[in-house]
Amino acid sequence: MTDLYATQRAMRNMRRAALQRGVVAILDVGTSKIACLVLRFDGGARLEDYDGVGPMAGQSSFRVIGAATTRSRGVRFGEIEAMGETERAIRTAVQSAQKMANTRVDHVIACFSGGQPRSYGLDGEVDCDGNVVSEQDVARVLAACEVPPYGDYREVLHAQPVNFALDNRSGLSDPRGQIGHKLACDMHMLTVDTATIQNLLYCIKRCDLEVAGLASAAYVSAISAMVEDEQELGGACIDMGGGSTDISIFMKKHMIYADTVRMGGDHVTGDISMGLQIPAATAERIKTFYGGVVATGMDDREMIEVGGDSGDWDKDRRTVSRAELIGIMRPRVEEILEDVRARLDAAGFEHLPSQQIVLTGGASQIPGLEGLAAKILGQQVRIGRPLRVQGLPQAATGAAFASAVGLCLFAANPQDEWWDFEIPADRMPARSLKRAVRWFKSNW
Amino acid sequence: MQPLRPPLHSPATAASGRPTGGKPKAQMRAVPAGNPRVSAAVARAKGLKPAETPVKRDPAPSRAAYRMNRLWLTPTFRIAMRFGLPALLTFGVVSIYFAQGNHRESFMNAIADVRQSIESRPEFRVSTMLIEGASPELEQDIREAVVVDFPTSSFDLDLPAMLEQIRGLDAVAEASLQIRSSGVLGVDITERQPAIVWRGPQGLEVLDALGHRVAALGARGDRPDLPLVAGQGAQDAVQEALEVLAIATPVAGRLRGLERMGERRWDVVLDRDQRILLPEEGAAAAMEQVMALDRAQDVLGRDVTAVDMRNIHRPTLRLSEAAMADMRRIKGLDTGDAK
Repeated sequence: MTDLYATQRAMRNMRRAALQRGVVAILDVGTSKIACLVLRFDGGARLEDYDGVGPMAGQSSFRVIGAATTRSRGVRFGEIEAMGETERAIRTAVQSAQKMANTRVDHVIACFSGGQPRSYGLDGEVDCDGNVVSEQDVARVLAACEVPPYGDYREVLHAQPVNFALDNRSGLSDPRGQIGHKLACDMHMLTVDTATIQNLLYCIKRCDLEVAGLASAAYVSAISAMVEDEQELGGACIDMGGGSTDISIFMKKHMIYADTVRMGGDHVTGDISMGLQIPAATAERIKTFYGGVVATGMDDREMIEVGGDSGDWDKDRRTVSRAELIGIMRPRVEEILEDVRARLDAAGFEHLPSQQIVLTGGASQIPGLEGLAAKILGQQVRIGRPLRVQGLPQAATGAAFASAVGLCLFAANPQDEWWDFEIPADRMPARSLKRAVRWFKSNW
Repeated sequence: MQPLRPPLHSPATAASGRPTGGKPKAQMRAVPAGNPRVSAAVARAKGLKPAETPVKRDPAPSRAAYRMNRLWLTPTFRIAMRFGLPALLTFGVVSIYFAQGNHRESFMNAIADVRQSIESRPEFRVSTMLIEGASPELEQDIREAVVVDFPTSSFDLDLPAMLEQIRGLDAVAEASLQIRSSGVLGVDITERQPAIVWRGPQGLEVLDALGHRVAALGARGDRPDLPLVAGQGAQDAVQEALEVLAIATPVAGRLRGLERMGERRWDVVLDRDQRILLPEEGAAAAMEQVMALDRAQDVLGRDVTAVDMRNIHRPTLRLSEAAMADMRRIKGLDTGDAK
């Protein structure tokens, strides 16, 4: 636990250094594509005049100066399978983004969707030292949260304080400086497989880059795709990616639950490829050009040339109707959405005051998905596109870039996490005493 | 899901971009379209080399290329490569080249040649010296002092040194040098005007009004028009002497000269060994007083050896022996005490 605490703190320091330097790269390692954005931070100082959220919600402090995507290789279900391939894909993306930005980036903030994220709700309670809640008290209450046994080979990715309660008042976002005796907090903790993180870190390290932060793709795509009231009143963001579909539930602007369905657009492509017996690349093309989930009478007559290069005339000149294609796609999309529904039900999504669902990600661009999702997930469904950020090229404003854009926002103003607070003093003494002794030894 | 820029060898584009016709005939014959195995067999049968399968190019940069790219994007490295390295290279090459003595020599010779060719152009040639404002003797002196073998290049003339030399001549008050068009070295001279003759330790010298030496004088008779001064330190008080001489015009016919006494005051020497002793301060005023006395009472015409004005409030006359005896006699007559 302390080890993780240390690494996360190191990442935070790295992020601070990167922001001071002004240039940081965003790396979205997805199953179908790897996106790299280069951000330049410059106007941070003038935003501090505003109390609370500024006019652009903090996004005017940075500008995207480089953007590049490349086809992802060696990634399945958002997890790295072939290290060398992935490393090369990351290199490709980073290099072309650097070329566009015409600057070198050394720090990278990455997000990924794999690793089977699991959510835990933690709570803790302590008595305050004095009358006024201090930073130390917050740190102590965060440390007092009882951590469930989340298993070996798991790593904490996010540990965000969601809610503070002071005596009988709950729903405090920042209890510091308030007067009370008993401080309680709720914390949301997200764990992922250690191997997934380690693989990703290793890949990034092999590209001579320093990791300045890690985030879950479910979390960051929700930041960019959901509007403020959806985050405030309760909503779920469903990021339908290539290899996995990420679910995150937001309430009071905090993520309270995240999960992943290990199915996505690539599975739809696989179904088409198997059903029509065509190569995956052709299937992908047919899906993006002609795909859909709601068939009409017109679709029976719209014939799609499948093509092929087997040399067999009959096989290469096959055509399928669009209705057939939709007939292949729809069951798989339904299956994904049913799975999402099950996860939402398990998380208790129906108890939220507002149950807005935002679909985003590359696979959410299937025409007619909105209607299908409304039938399965509930009436309040919309397709979300990421927030507009300064300097983002037109090609990177689509729904597929929700997590990349969200990561930009995450980099610009991250939420406080557990490791942003100092280690409580009562856990420090042994180590600090040792450090003092060492200092004396080396200096006298 | 679509990449921003699809990779070049993307199978999707390859499949869609399959040619439907219009292939070049020659290529058709060599490699017929269709099953690749069949075409390979046909090619073998025809004795052709098997068609090269296009190598799939990896769009990913190699590790080394990636590192080089990043290195190149590093600002300090970039500046060093853009400016530092060329400068270093240039410096290195030049210094290696000039490390050898004969290279240095030949380079210097080349520079000298170029310089020579420019300097020897007719535009820069100076062929005569024109001296203006100088008497013939002075002109002769200048030509002797400044020896230039004409024609020469204007680059070879050291004008400041020449000017210094010319100004070093006693008779020259002010001089200026110009190289004028059509190769003339112009020398403008302002001569010193002789004002007085000084009999000094080195013999007779002519001085100007400021006491500066103009020339030596062989004999007093060469310049009878100039007044004479004598004594050590006389050259430092020439102005005062000239003032006194200007006042002494009524007795100009009798004036022999002025003598500087003890380097501090003037004596006016008249004929008959008469002297007027002037004070250190206010010599001109004292002289005026003496002239007034002379006008009123003809003092200087009497048998007086010296008019002592050193104390300006108490002018004193020194009589000659005979006059003194006369004086006593007359006083005796007056008092009845005569012999």
